[in-house]
Amino acid sequence: MKLPKLPAPPWKRAAAPAPDTLLLAEYAGPDGLLAAADRVRRAGWADWDAHSPFPVHGMERAMGLAPSRVPWYVLVLGLGGAAGGMLLQWWVSAEAYPLVVSGKPYFSWPAFVPIMFECGVLGGALGAVAGFLAESRLPRHHHPLFDSARFERASDDRFFLSLGAAGREEGDRALRLLEETGPARIERLGPDGVAEVPAGTAGRRPPAARETDEPPARRDVPPEDAP
Amino acid sequence: MSHAPARSLTASEVTLPERHPLRKGGLVAAAVGALALVAVLALAAGDPRQALGSYLVAFLYWLSIALGGLFFTLAMLASRAGWCVVVRRLAEHLAGTLWVYALLFVPLAVGAAHLWPWWGGADPAEDPILAGKAGWLDPGFFWVRAAVYLAAWALLGWWFRRRSLAQDASADPGVTRRLQSLAAPAILVYAVTQTFAAFDWIMSLDPHWYSTIFGVYFFAGQAVAIFSVLALLAMALERGAKVEGERRPGPLAGVVTVEHYHDLGKLLFAFVVFWAYIAFSQFMLIWYGNIPEETVWYAHRLEHGWEGATWALAIGHFVLPFFFLLPRGVKRNRATLAAAAVWMLVVHYLDLYWLAMPAIHPEGFRPHVLDLVAWVGVGGLALGALAFALARPALVPVGDPRLPESLSFENM
Repeated sequence: MKLPKLPAPPWKRAAAPAPDTLLLAEYAGPDGLLAAADRVRRAGWADWDAHSPFPVHGMERAMGLAPSRVPWYVLVLGLGGAAGGMLLQWWVSAEAYPLVVSGKPYFSWPAFVPIMFECGVLGGALGAVAGFLAESRLPRHHHPLFDSARFERASDDRFFLSLGAAGREEGDRALRLLEETGPARIERLGPDGVAEVPAGTAGRRPPAARETDEPPARRDVPPEDAP
Repeated sequence: MSHAPARSLTASEVTLPERHPLRKGGLVAAAVGALALVAVLALAAGDPRQALGSYLVAFLYWLSIALGGLFFTLAMLASRAGWCVVVRRLAEHLAGTLWVYALLFVPLAVGAAHLWPWWGGADPAEDPILAGKAGWLDPGFFWVRAAVYLAAWALLGWWFRRRSLAQDASADPGVTRRLQSLAAPAILVYAVTQTFAAFDWIMSLDPHWYSTIFGVYFFAGQAVAIFSVLALLAMALERGAKVEGERRPGPLAGVVTVEHYHDLGKLLFAFVVFWAYIAFSQFMLIWYGNIPEETVWYAHRLEHGWEGATWALAIGHFVLPFFFLLPRGVKRNRATLAAAAVWMLVVHYLDLYWLAMPAIHPEGFRPHVLDLVAWVGVGGLALGALAFALARPALVPVGDPRLPESLSFENM
């Protein structure tokens, strides 16, 4: 079996050029967001994310997300915890304080397996939390998206797609792309603050503002589509 | 997808087509099985103890798969699970074959005196331990108990399958509610009977020895077997077959998806770990307590020519499948999941062999040709009965109100 390639650690991954503008498109329902994510992925955009109040089925595929790297943290810390637990008991029972317990050898490994197991579970659980925090770049005090008052509804009843762009030309392309996805509303978050972008700013036919959950005619997401 | 239109199925879409190779395959399997059992009977005269031992392991092996089907059906109903509806009928069909084992138990009931060493009774002066168990280990009581276990399983398997089949036509959600509420007491009956069956048929091969966790150990093996079998069975029914010269998709193609295999794989992985947890719990307590009447069972299996089988079991039934089934991709790929399932079904045989055979061959690990013949014999009849069960009715409970949920099931 071919093992998946070990991912580069977060601190070695090349940082994308810092975006100076964030565009925030808002959708009324999960289907609109799903179709928009599919579109943005097909456009090959690099710096973007989707935000929804609940996990949307099919979003991983629509966004073309690579498999999560968290399992590797869990594996390494889980095995490390198990090995550490066994090592600790070996050192205590056979090296530092050798005592005969019920006539058994100093290093009685079967008796140490439960604690080794628990240490492995503990390591794995801590690995899952640490991996999740590291991969999500958490904790952090602030994110530019929090400047938008409407973004609070991402944890309530609205669906957002945020897209970062560097420079004016890329910003225009990003805006055109987002307008094609038919959002209910677009906001521009820049150094000058938060402003709603009126429909049709990018010089395209303005799409009807959508307050309903009707997605634009979308192609079905093919299964297991690579980005 | 949250807003996708609900999809449903009709019975004719998911019924085995006429002239499907599985129909003839079932007949062939049953015929080969019957022939093999005749061969076992013919060879039994020379060495009845070997023949009955081989037959017991084969019987337990196929029984554990059918009992696993009963467990799956009951557990999924009791937990009101929606994801598994597309594969639940296969488990119901397996449970529906449990009546066969009532017939297949007859040779064991007849030849019991050759197999279970306590059969003749014990002299209190010579063997006070065995004499103290005489109330339980009594031939008449043994037969009655076996009849109760086998009747309870056959009845439960038959009833749950029949009610579920009736729902195919009526699509009455009341059937689901009734099956769900009755699944809980049925689990109790299943748990108690399979525990005491493991005590009676396997543990009493070493009648001095006892372990209260033994029934759970037997159950863990059944769970490993059923998740393997369900995955393989669904894959087999997904495959297209040449019917009257043209290639047609299998009845479960597009019904059982990679999402269902992923869940079956996760459950298989979970019960591989559960099996190891139970096996080690039993071992560690006995090893730690260090009481001779308990340690004798393990001492025998860790020396005397059985140590190879013991280590093969620990590595083959836990270490290898644990690491193999760990990555997500392995469970979402039919080929790798099928490989894991086949492997688990092989080591599941070793597991039962390792439980029973050291009593027949105290001198060491001695495979015998009768082991294979008996396995083919019982297996042929078991597969024939399964093919008979799933030949006519729908392979998916099309009247189950949770079917649309199961059809559009996604892990994330």
